[in-house]
Amino acid sequence: MNNERPKKNDEQLSADPIVEIAAMHKWFGDFHVLKDINLTVQKGERIIICGPSGSGKSTLIRCINRLEEHQKGRIIVDGIELTNDLKNIEKIREEVGMVFQHFNLFPHLTILENLCLGPVWVRKTPKAEAEETAMFFLEKVHIADQALKYPGQLSGGQQQRVAIARSLCMRPKVMLFDEPTSALDPEMIKEVLDVMIDLAQEGMTMLVVSHEMGFAKSAAHRVLFMDEGEILEENIPVEFFENPQHERTKLFLSQILH
Amino acid sequence: MVDSSQSIQSEQLKPPITRIGVIGWVHANLFSSVFNSFLTIVTLYFLWKIVPAFVRWAFIDSSWNTTGAACRAAGGACWSIVAKNFRFIIFGFFPYESHWRPLLAMIILFTLLFISRNRRYWKKWLGYVWLSGLFVMGLLLKGGLFGLPPVESTKWSGLPLTLLLSVFGLTAAYPLGVLLALGRQSRMPAIKSLCIVYIETIRGVPLISLLFMSSVMFPLFLPEGITINNILRAQVAIILFTAAYIAEVVRGGLQAISRGQYEAAESLGLNYYQKMRLIILPQALKIVIPPSVGILISAFKDTSLVVIIGLFDLLKTTQATLSDPRWMGFSVEAYIFIALIYFAGCFSMSSYSRRLERELYRGT
Repeated sequence: MNNERPKKNDEQLSADPIVEIAAMHKWFGDFHVLKDINLTVQKGERIIICGPSGSGKSTLIRCINRLEEHQKGRIIVDGIELTNDLKNIEKIREEVGMVFQHFNLFPHLTILENLCLGPVWVRKTPKAEAEETAMFFLEKVHIADQALKYPGQLSGGQQQRVAIARSLCMRPKVMLFDEPTSALDPEMIKEVLDVMIDLAQEGMTMLVVSHEMGFAKSAAHRVLFMDEGEILEENIPVEFFENPQHERTKLFLSQILH
Repeated sequence: MVDSSQSIQSEQLKPPITRIGVIGWVHANLFSSVFNSFLTIVTLYFLWKIVPAFVRWAFIDSSWNTTGAACRAAGGACWSIVAKNFRFIIFGFFPYESHWRPLLAMIILFTLLFISRNRRYWKKWLGYVWLSGLFVMGLLLKGGLFGLPPVESTKWSGLPLTLLLSVFGLTAAYPLGVLLALGRQSRMPAIKSLCIVYIETIRGVPLISLLFMSSVMFPLFLPEGITINNILRAQVAIILFTAAYIAEVVRGGLQAISRGQYEAAESLGLNYYQKMRLIILPQALKIVIPPSVGILISAFKDTSLVVIIGLFDLLKTTQATLSDPRWMGFSVEAYIFIALIYFAGCFSMSSYSRRLERELYRGT
């Protein structure tokens, strides 16, 4: 069943791109981090990006909400091209949620305040309504009973689930996950992945930098493999794991799937 | 057999006598090593030498409400210098029959400060209360309305002047310092270098020279016929000086906030002002409470430097009392008195900052 699902979803995907990246390059100083990236993400599509550390995978998704600036090529998100125009950048960030490796919750605010901040200040939602939405998403990530605590009082897995809920409160069109489980203890990884799988089943567009192969197999449409700033290989999950084409991919997979 | 073993057990549960109670405390804190025992004995010796003599001078032989001559005869501390000159030390040259006005102003100020201690009241209405309070205080000092005879600002002196310079100086310097710190981190080169030049220039100059500049040099640059009040000029100098120090402390706090906080705020779509106001500054300012209160305390004490440009603050009115031949020679008593006033101010600031820290760190 699992093996068939991605194919089926592929058929359902309309040609309705939400993120388009064309001939995009990025340098850190003299260092060429991203080389000629071309990637189109359809609405509802879920893409896993994996690769060795330093391959530029985090930098790639951070370019999509302009936490990093690209120097060449084009990035178009939800019909808006990313330029230096601050207004556009803020507009895009409203539509693109991001979950970080280290959660980055706001430690001086309660969980509920963390969740309401974006909707109230950016979307100008009335406070009561924002709190209602916040509680709805806290229920969804199974953590509603912690609403009045501070982030420091929660475990890593709980914090990451709050971080996901915080992004969801903005009702984003795309969710970016930057190694969401890498900083977690093994027993907490599952609770976060479960939430992500729920999200996937509801049809959220997701770009996930992760080595969680289980998640890739059960929820992703495509897997991208990056090395030294290039997208070396891309395929549907089954093919990617069982029949890698590139030598570098084979080596990488042999190292993580032992 | 059973009984004895039980009693041995219950005895073993008690710590040895030398570890608990008074003996244990004395042992642990005063005589824990040879060196500590030595220090304890030396300290006790000095206390024995100093405390009785001080008590005798300050209380037993002291005079509390006599003339200067009677003081000299008594030999002990002459608190009479404070008692007899109290109103001059506190209110200075403010017209004698109108002393109730600065007194009322100070009562309003202390009430406002007392109310503001409670974070639950940090709401919009408190801002309005402060605004109207400041207006009433200004009116009380200045007069000229509602039948209050006007009082020249040159006659403002003593404690009200010290409080005026400190409260306005500190409350204006703090936000200005925060702005300078943000400006120094700005990506816009013009703003950034302007802030750096400002901060480094001010920090490279003693407050006294700034006060001199503001009172002697600054008027030379003004066009003829325009004068700016001497108090206002000193006030501005204090604000500008303190702000530069606050700026550097706040910058330290800003650097302590991880990049992840900036990124999380940005990825939610918050703009620069929202990000700074809601996420970065609350955390950064909390971190820098101890050093910034240190700066505010030293700024409070530095207001006494305005004596050198001829303003009669609390220190100067005290000195003026001491130059009266009837009271010459009792400077120790007079200075102890104003030291207590300064101490009360500084200590309440520092204990309030500790309370604020406790409250702010409660959740995290």
